[in-house]
Amino acid sequence: MNTGYNFAYLDEQTKRMLRRAILKAVAIPGYQVPFGSREMPLPYGWGTGGIQVTAAVIGADDTLKVIDQGADDTTNAVSIRRFFARTTGVATTEKTVDATIIQTRHRIPETPLSDGQIMVYQVPIPEPLRWLEPRETETRKMHALADYGAMHVKLYEDIARYGHIATTYDYPVLVNDRYLMRPSPIPKFDNPKMDHSPALQLFGAGREKRIYAVPPYTSVKSLDFEDHPFEVQRWDQACALCGSTESFLDEVVTDDQGGRMYVCSDSDYCGERQKDQMQ
Amino acid sequence: MSSQPLLRVSNLTHMYGNRVGCRDVSFELWPGEVIGIVGESGSGKSTLLSCLSTRQQPTSGLVEYDTKDQGLVDVYSLSEPRRRMLMRTDWGIVHQNPRDGLRMGVSAGANVGEPLMAVGARHYGDIRQQAATWLDKVEIDPGRMDDQPKTFSGGMQQRLQIARNLVTHPRLVFMDEPTGGLDVSVQARLLDLLRRLVTDLGLSAIVVTHDLAVARLLAHRLMVMRQGQVVEHGLTDQVLDDPHHPYTQLLVSSVLQP
Repeated sequence: MNTGYNFAYLDEQTKRMLRRAILKAVAIPGYQVPFGSREMPLPYGWGTGGIQVTAAVIGADDTLKVIDQGADDTTNAVSIRRFFARTTGVATTEKTVDATIIQTRHRIPETPLSDGQIMVYQVPIPEPLRWLEPRETETRKMHALADYGAMHVKLYEDIARYGHIATTYDYPVLVNDRYLMRPSPIPKFDNPKMDHSPALQLFGAGREKRIYAVPPYTSVKSLDFEDHPFEVQRWDQACALCGSTESFLDEVVTDDQGGRMYVCSDSDYCGERQKDQMQ
Repeated sequence: MSSQPLLRVSNLTHMYGNRVGCRDVSFELWPGEVIGIVGESGSGKSTLLSCLSTRQQPTSGLVEYDTKDQGLVDVYSLSEPRRRMLMRTDWGIVHQNPRDGLRMGVSAGANVGEPLMAVGARHYGDIRQQAATWLDKVEIDPGRMDDQPKTFSGGMQQRLQIARNLVTHPRLVFMDEPTGGLDVSVQARLLDLLRRLVTDLGLSAIVVTHDLAVARLLAHRLMVMRQGQVVEHGLTDQVLDDPHHPYTQLLVSSVLQP
């Protein structure tokens, strides 16, 4: 552990400010709370919002897991995990079941979450209405009045163009039947996992300076049409390593002869399954 | 005809600082009636229209609208959500430049379907069907439904904007120079279409224009504005054939005759 820094890098006043924002976010599920985002030793787009939220909620007896695209061993995941190991000295893990805080980019673990766990999402653009309304004053008003009808225009365009809703990630959801929320760039495959999840879900956008949250057991509904209901992706293949037919698969190019293989994007889930099969 | 006006405007004034936008305008609009507002540029026509359509808070005066549930109410006393709902369900606004009224990045069908989705339609098939019907009504080939409006000609964009405004069956439509910037033959077709739609649907409309021919064709009654004030007011044919105010006489006589 590096003793040159305060616990979890940020000073105590900053963490209090973050916690106040988080409490407000939890009290109003899906509402984007502005906060004073700090410079972090990490480029924007790499999870500056996520690590500030994690720094605010982490305690000495927590166990941290960090994933990037579902994997524990990618650059971003490794560097953030090491950052917290050095500045807090907390235990880190790659096992979903052992973790108390899971910071993530792009995925929710396949292993079901449980009571007491905290998911921390890194969010690039928090405002779901931004693509149709560039003015912040107007989007705030739309949120205040729950004026979300125009959001369906995007889904309409998808169906008109592709015959089905082709949005596959960052799929807009309605939280607690009130606020429209962008669930960060997770695949829509993971949207159903957010609904009534026992874990507390916190979202941090560092560059955009917004924090929002989904408390445990809160309804999270994906937008859809009556005649084009929400559906998640399906694959024809099973995972080439563990044989799972239920997980989110990544396509991996294996050679320049057109060779492909499909493997679980969640490396912990895939590894555990392979271990079970060996025994 | 009902015994109550659809819109009642009393002493409406809008000032831009010391400058007059429009001053002391009062009139009543009855269901099914089309009022034309004519005048030279800078005479306060557009200011008046934006004050009426709640896009610009007037300095003083009253705009009352006959809502379905409460009768005549001051539109500026309504809460923001109610006013938005009113604008979506009861009103339509046709802008001079179709780019202001359309979403240029999405298809024509989505443009017509958006007001429906905004008031809660959630059945894709129905929305699409209605969009197709309306495109047909404004003489746009439904085969072009999935094309973006930027691939449309100016006249088509204007007709698309009209379809988008009428799809929710409004009772009152505000039009700001609906034929401005279109060539003459397209103007004629658009006017023809507008006149037919207004009669078929029993719409009330307030049309701002500097083109007396447009006013003659569309409007039942006419208001002539100059320097923010209404200088003459009466039945269209009366005002145009027998203008009383010197300014109206000037306006009528300055129309070019080919």
